Amino acid sequence: MNSLQFIVIAANKIIFLTASTIIFYILAAIVLGGGLLAVTSRKIFRSAIYLLFSLIGIAGLYFYMNYEFIAAVQIVVYVGGIVVLIIFSIFLTHEAGADMKRPAWTRIIFAALAALFGFALVMMLVRDNEFYPSGAPAVDAGAGSIGSQMLSTTEHGYILPFEVVSMLLLAAMIGCIVIAIKSRTPGTETADNQSRRDAFGTTDNL
Amino acid sequence: MNNIGLEHILFVSIALFFIGCYGFMTRRNLITMLMSVELVLNSVNINFIAFNKYLFAGKLDGVFFTIFIITIAAAEAAVAIAIIINLYRHYKSIDVEDADQMRF
Repeated sequence: MNSLQFIVIAANKIIFLTASTIIFYILAAIVLGGGLLAVTSRKIFRSAIYLLFSLIGIAGLYFYMNYEFIAAVQIVVYVGGIVVLIIFSIFLTHEAGADMKRPAWTRIIFAALAALFGFALVMMLVRDNEFYPSGAPAVDAGAGSIGSQMLSTTEHGYILPFEVVSMLLLAAMIGCIVIAIKSRTPGTETADNQSRRDAFGTTDNL
Repeated sequence: MNNIGLEHILFVSIALFFIGCYGFMTRRNLITMLMSVELVLNSVNINFIAFNKYLFAGKLDGVFFTIFIITIAAAEAAVAIAIIINLYRHYKSIDVEDADQMRF
């Protein structure tokens, strides 16, 4: 094949990109770019915002695959819950705008090499593997069918994991309160607390 | 390259997984390490949804696994942040190198 032919074929491929394909590439770029910036940015607040973009891109991927309920859950739980929690904890523990220390070069190099080789290995395995679709007709993945299967007690129901995970959430909530509660023993007030109380009239704000 | 198949989505999820691994290995700040773990968990979720969509469209099991992973990730993030705030009260820092009381 000479180069002219190759260019014509490449141009054809670019021209016949469908809107769906373009949307997928945009979403993938948002997800991967946001993720890369989230793990490399040296300002921790920006890092959290890049994580937010990456998570929204993942919700977009779920929309792309027609799982609207999962996309909604992703936005509500991750974007509305976890990222907000992370941002609050950044405000509680960091000076806003301060740069983080740059990690050692050897660590960056070896971590990048490990990640690259792992990526290459898994991509090679995925390339070599053949996937066989089951061919079954697609079922409705709306909230109604998900909810009725999750709460059913028949053979394919998920009621037991549902109950177990609800216990786990309760335990996690109580555990958070127990861990983060401020133990207040009399007579051990630090100078830091003292000055803070003088400034604000209370020590409750951390 | 014109129609998006399973392998395209697997590429995204694998890349996101190793980006999260890279962040977990290089970062020394507990909150950023937590963010890397969230990226890894999300890449697993993409995998479950993609396999459900392209290979087992007749079932919903991947969707349920994704929902449970999201739930557990939320619980894990809440507990981790409670621990981080407690650690910050003791050490005035959330760098993993500074929290060395339980070493040895």
